[in-house]
Amino acid sequence: MEHALQPQKVDVLIVGAGPAGLAAAIAAREAGTKNLLVLEREPEMGGILKQCIHNGFGLHRFKEELTGPEYAQRDVDRVKELGIEVRCGTTVLEVTADRQVTAISRDRGVQVFQAGAVILAMGCRERPRGALAIPGTRCAGIFSAGTAQKYVNLEGYMPGRRVVILGSGDIGLIMARRMTLQGAKVLACVEIMPYSSGLNRNIVQCLHDYNIPLMLNHTVVDIQGRERLTGVTVAQVDERRQPIPGTETHFDCDTLLLSVGLIPENELSKQAGVPLSPATQGAVVDDTLQTEIPGIFACGNVLHVHDLVDFVSAESFKAGKAAAEYAAGKKTGNRIAPVADGSGVRGVVPQKIRIPDANSPAEAIQLMFRPACVYENATIRVLDGDTEIYKVKKRILAPGEMADLTLKSDTVRALSGEKITVLIDAGGEVCAWKK
Amino acid sequence: MEKMITCINCPIGCRMTVNVDNGQVVSITGNGCKRGIEYAAQESVAPKRMVTAVVSVTGRKTPVSVKTRTPIPKEKIFDCMAVIEKAKIEAPIRMGDVICENVCDTGVDVIATKTVL
Repeated sequence: MEHALQPQKVDVLIVGAGPAGLAAAIAAREAGTKNLLVLEREPEMGGILKQCIHNGFGLHRFKEELTGPEYAQRDVDRVKELGIEVRCGTTVLEVTADRQVTAISRDRGVQVFQAGAVILAMGCRERPRGALAIPGTRCAGIFSAGTAQKYVNLEGYMPGRRVVILGSGDIGLIMARRMTLQGAKVLACVEIMPYSSGLNRNIVQCLHDYNIPLMLNHTVVDIQGRERLTGVTVAQVDERRQPIPGTETHFDCDTLLLSVGLIPENELSKQAGVPLSPATQGAVVDDTLQTEIPGIFACGNVLHVHDLVDFVSAESFKAGKAAAEYAAGKKTGNRIAPVADGSGVRGVVPQKIRIPDANSPAEAIQLMFRPACVYENATIRVLDGDTEIYKVKKRILAPGEMADLTLKSDTVRALSGEKITVLIDAGGEVCAWKK
Repeated sequence: MEKMITCINCPIGCRMTVNVDNGQVVSITGNGCKRGIEYAAQESVAPKRMVTAVVSVTGRKTPVSVKTRTPIPKEKIFDCMAVIEKAKIEAPIRMGDVICENVCDTGVDVIATKTVL
C-alpha cells in the first residue's frame, strides 16, 4: 500500500539558487524568516553567473566591476553566513496553488513541503533553433550561445573553429569575443533588426576589437551540412524582415551560435495556475512581487528578462522581504490599481499596485518596462485614469535597455484605483533607428 | 591622425572623432557629454581591456575562471591569452590567488575569480 508523504512545513520556500533565489533568501532571513529553504537543481549555487566569467557585473550594487563567479560568491557567502539551508541537486517537480511543493534529489528521494510562501526564482532559458523556423539540415554544430558558453567556460571544450553568430544579444557578443580569444575565427554576427539589442560596450569590446562584422538587417536563410554544419547562407532583409532575393552571402563554418532572445522559465508557475503576462512571459505580479496566486511570489528572470544582474538582485530582495511578511501573516492593502502598457511601452512590471490603506505607510514604487523601439528625446508619461501623475524626458530609450521610473509614496497613496497607463510620447515620431 | 571612437558609456553610443598628434589628444568632437571626452581620450591613446579566461586544473573536470586584476593594454590581449593557456595549476585555489604574475610585463597579475577546493 502506498503512503502519502507527510509534507514538511516551511515558512518560505524558494525555487532556484541563482542570483534571484539567493537574494530573495537573504532578504527573507533578514526580514525574520527562520524556517527557510532553497531548492536548486544544479549541484552548486550561483545559477548562470557561474559560466559568465567576463567582467561587468555589480557596478550598481557593489560599485565595483566583478566577474559573474565573483558576484555570485558574495551572495553564496552571505547565505552561508546566515545559515540558510540550500539543497542543491534537488529538482522541483511541482508547485501547487495551495503552496505544496514536491521535489526530488538523488540523496533524499522524493520530498514534499507545505510552504507559507513560495518564491519562484527559476530564471530563463534561451530561445532555441526550433522557435526560429530557419530552413536547412539538422546537423551538429548549432548551439545556443549560452550552451557554447557553458562548454567553453565550465567544461573546457571548444564547440567549433569557424563560427557565425545569429542574433546580437549580449550573450552572443560575449561569446564572439570568448571564441576568438580561444582561437576560433568568428566570421560574422548577423542581426535581423536594424539595431543590436546588445550594449554598446559589448559591440565595441567584443566585435570591433576583433574586427568581427556586425551585419544589421540580415538573417540566416539556409543551414548546410549532413553530420556537422558546413556552412550557412545569410541574406539581407527588407522592412518587413523578409529576405531580399539576390542578397545572399555564403559562409563556410562549422558552428552557428544562436543569441536570439531569452524566455522566462515558467513551467512550474503554469502548473500552479499562476497567470502569466503575454508581454513579459512571466507572472502577473503586484508591487510586492506577489503573483495572482496568494502567497506565491516571483522575481528575477523568471518574472521578466533583465539586462543587469544588479537589478535582479534588487527586485529579489523586495520579493524575499514581501514573502517573509506574507508568511508571518502581514496584511496588505485591498484596493488594487491595474497597470497597463501604453503606446511605445512593453511589459510593465508590476502589473498591479496595491493602494495602501489610509492608516498604513505608503512606499515608493518602481515600474520597469521595455521601450517598443528606439526613441530619441521622448517623454515617459504615467496616467492615473486620464490624469497625468508622472512625466520624465529621456534623451534615448531603446529596447535593449530596460527603462524604469519610481512613483513617490505620496503619488502611490493618492492613486484613484483606476487603470494606470505607462506610455512613451515620442512627439509624433514613431521610431528612431540607430544607424 | 584622426580616430573614430564609439562611446560605450550609455546606449546613445556617440560617434566621436579624436585628433591625435604624436600620442597627444589635440581635439575631441561628437561627444554628447563629458564622460565621452574622458573615454575618447583614454581609448584613442592607450586603450585598455580586462582579460578573462579559464585555466584547467590538474585532475579536475571544471576549469577555474581567471581575470587580469586591472585592465591591460589592448594590444597585449592575445599575448596574455597565450600565457594563461600555458598555465598549469593544482587545487586548492582560492578566489584572488595569483595564477600568472606580472603577465606579459604589464605589471598586472592574472588572478582566480573562483574557489576550487
